[in-house]
Amino acid sequence: MAIVVGFVPRPEGHAALDRAIEEAKLRRVRLVVLNVSRGDALVDSRFASSSDWEAVKAKLEASGVEHEVAQTVEARDPADQLLRVAEETNAELIVIGLRRRTPVGKLIMGSAAQTVLLDADAPVLAVKAARD
Amino acid sequence: MDGINALIDGFGTALTPINLLYAVIGVVLGTAIGVLPGIGPAMTIALLLPLTFTLEPTQAFIMFAGIYYGGMYGGSTTSILLNTPGESASVITAIEGNLMAKKGRGAAALATAAIGSFIAGTIGTLALALVAPQIVKLAIQLGSPDYFAIMMLAFIAVTTVLGSSKIRGLASLGIGLLIGTVGIDPTSGQQRLTLGIPQLADGIDVVVVAVGLFAVGEALWIAAHLRRNPAEIIHVDGARMNREDWRRSWKPWLRGTLIGFPFGAIPAGGAEIPTFLSYAMEKKLTKHPEEFGHGAIEGVAGPEATNNASAAGGLVPLLTLGIPTTATAAVMLGAFQSYGIQPGPRLLDEQADLVWGLIASLFIGNVILLALNLPLATIWARLLNIPRPYLYAGILFFASIGAYAANTSTFDLWLLLIIGGLGFFMRRFGLPVVPAIIAIILGPVAEEQLRRALQISDGELSGLVNTPFSKVVYVIVVLLLVVPVVIDRVQSRRRGGDQGDQGDGIQDAPSLGHQHANQEGQ
Repeated sequence: MAIVVGFVPRPEGHAALDRAIEEAKLRRVRLVVLNVSRGDALVDSRFASSSDWEAVKAKLEASGVEHEVAQTVEARDPADQLLRVAEETNAELIVIGLRRRTPVGKLIMGSAAQTVLLDADAPVLAVKAARD
Repeated sequence: MDGINALIDGFGTALTPINLLYAVIGVVLGTAIGVLPGIGPAMTIALLLPLTFTLEPTQAFIMFAGIYYGGMYGGSTTSILLNTPGESASVITAIEGNLMAKKGRGAAALATAAIGSFIAGTIGTLALALVAPQIVKLAIQLGSPDYFAIMMLAFIAVTTVLGSSKIRGLASLGIGLLIGTVGIDPTSGQQRLTLGIPQLADGIDVVVVAVGLFAVGEALWIAAHLRRNPAEIIHVDGARMNREDWRRSWKPWLRGTLIGFPFGAIPAGGAEIPTFLSYAMEKKLTKHPEEFGHGAIEGVAGPEATNNASAAGGLVPLLTLGIPTTATAAVMLGAFQSYGIQPGPRLLDEQADLVWGLIASLFIGNVILLALNLPLATIWARLLNIPRPYLYAGILFFASIGAYAANTSTFDLWLLLIIGGLGFFMRRFGLPVVPAIIAIILGPVAEEQLRRALQISDGELSGLVNTPFSKVVYVIVVLLLVVPVVIDRVQSRRRGGDQGDQGDGIQDAPSLGHQHANQEGQ
C-alpha cells in the first residue's frame, strides 16, 4: 500500500505534497511523489526544475516518511502516468493539487485533475492552495 | 538625395491604414516565429506565399519584410531566457545573454537586445535607402555575363561558407540546381527531367519546394526527435538597464551595425558569421574582459544589433540585383517571381511605389517591434509552452493547403511529401538547406543569363569573361575557393605555434558553420 501524489512546482502542488506527507505519517505508509511531463513543448511549467526537485527531496527527507520520487518524461498523458503508478503501487490514496477556477474556466480548459478524479480506482484527495 | 525624396513618398504608401495593418501582422507573426526554435522567417514566408496570391504585391512584401525583421527580434528572447536560440542568427546571443539572465539580469539583456535591434534596424534601413539607388546606377550597366558571374559568386559563397563541410554544401547546391531545372527549357522548348510526367512540364512550383523543404522537412525532423526534457525558463523581474548598461551598450550597437550591414549584403549566408565577428570584436574591445563568460552585456548588444543590420543589408542585393543572400531572401525572391516581378536594377523605377513603400514600412515596423518586444518579451516566451504536436500539425495543415492551392492539383501534394522527405534526409545527414533553396530559386535565372551571354558571344565561352566586372567577380570566386584551403594548410603546418591576432576571426569562422548545421537540425 502507498500514497501517490502528483507534484507540480506551483502553490497547489506544494499544498498537495504537504498534505500527502501528513497522510503518509498518519497512515504509516510509503509515499510516492511523481512529477511528469509529456516533453513535447520546449517549456513545461509543470515540470519541476532541478532546484525545485531538490527542495522536494529535502522536504521528504526532513519529514522522515518512507518515500520514493520519480520524475519522468513520457508520451502519455500526465494523468494516465499518475494513474498507472497508482495501480502499480496498489495505492490506497491519490493526492492531487487543484487550481482555483471558476466553472466557466473549468469548462473551457479541461484538466489533468478531472481525468484522475474520473478514472482513478483509489480514493482521490484534491487539495487547493491556501487563499492569499 | 533622390533616395530621400523617394523614401518620403514611400512613407505615404506605407502609412495607409491597410498597409499599416499588414506591417503589424508581419511583425507580430515575425516575433512569434522568431521566439519558436526551428520555425524561421523563411518557412513562414513560404507558408504564406499562397495566401498572398489575393494580396497586392506591396502589402504582401510589407508583411514579408515585417516577418523577416520580427524574426530577428524574437530570436533573442528565446536565446536569453532559454539558452536555446530561436533563430540561427541568435546563436551567439545565447552565450552571454543566458548567463546574464541566470545572474538575474535578464531584463537588461532583453532590453539591450531589443533597443540594439531597433537602432541597428533603423540605421540599416536608412543605409538601404541610401545605398540601393547607387547600386542600381552601377547595376544598370551590367550585362548578362556580369549577372551570371555574380550569381556564380552567390552560389559558391553560400556553399563554401555554410554548413559543416564544403562537400555537403555543394551537394545541397546540386540538389537545388537539379530541382530548379525540372520543366520546359525556356530557350529551346525541350522538356528536361520531367520523367514523362505532364504535371512536371511547368516545373515544380516554388511554393511546393519551399514549403516542402522548410515546413514538411522540419516537421518530420521534429516528429523524429519529439520527446525531451522540458527546458527551464528563467524568470525575469524588473531590473532594467541602468546607466552603466547604456554606457556599455551603445558602442557595441553601432559597431554591430557597421559589421552587420555589409555582411548582410554579400552572399555569406546571412547573420551567423557577422554576429560571431561582432562577438569576437566586443570580447577584444571590452573594458570588462573578466565578465565575458559570466554574462557581459556587450556580448548581447553587439550580436543583436548585427543580426538586424544584416537583415537590412540582405535586402540591398535582393532589391537591386535580384540576388538573394539568405534563405528568407530567396523565398522572397520566389514571391516576387510569382507576382511576375523580376527584381533587378529596373525594379526601383518600375515598382517605385512597392520598393519605397516597403523600405518605409521597415522603419515603421521597427518602431512597432520595439514597442512589442521591450515590455512584452516574457509574454512572447509563453509561446514556448505550446506542445509541439499542435504547432506542427498546424504547420503541416497550412503546408498542404498551400501546396494544393498553388495549382489545385493533388499531384503537388505528392510532390510536397517527396520534397519534405528530401528535406528530412538533408537535415539527417547535415546538408545545409540554404544553398538548395537559393539554387532552386536563383538557378533558372542564372541559366537564363548564361544562355543569353552565350547567345551574344555565339557560343564562345570567352563571352562569359570578356567584361572587366565579370573578371573581377571570377577572381573573387577563385579566392573564395582557394584561400580557405591555403589557410587550413598553413595553420595545420604551424599548429601549436604562435596564435596571431588576425587569424582569430577567420580561424573560428568554420567552427561556427559546424554549429549552424547542427542548429538547423534541432
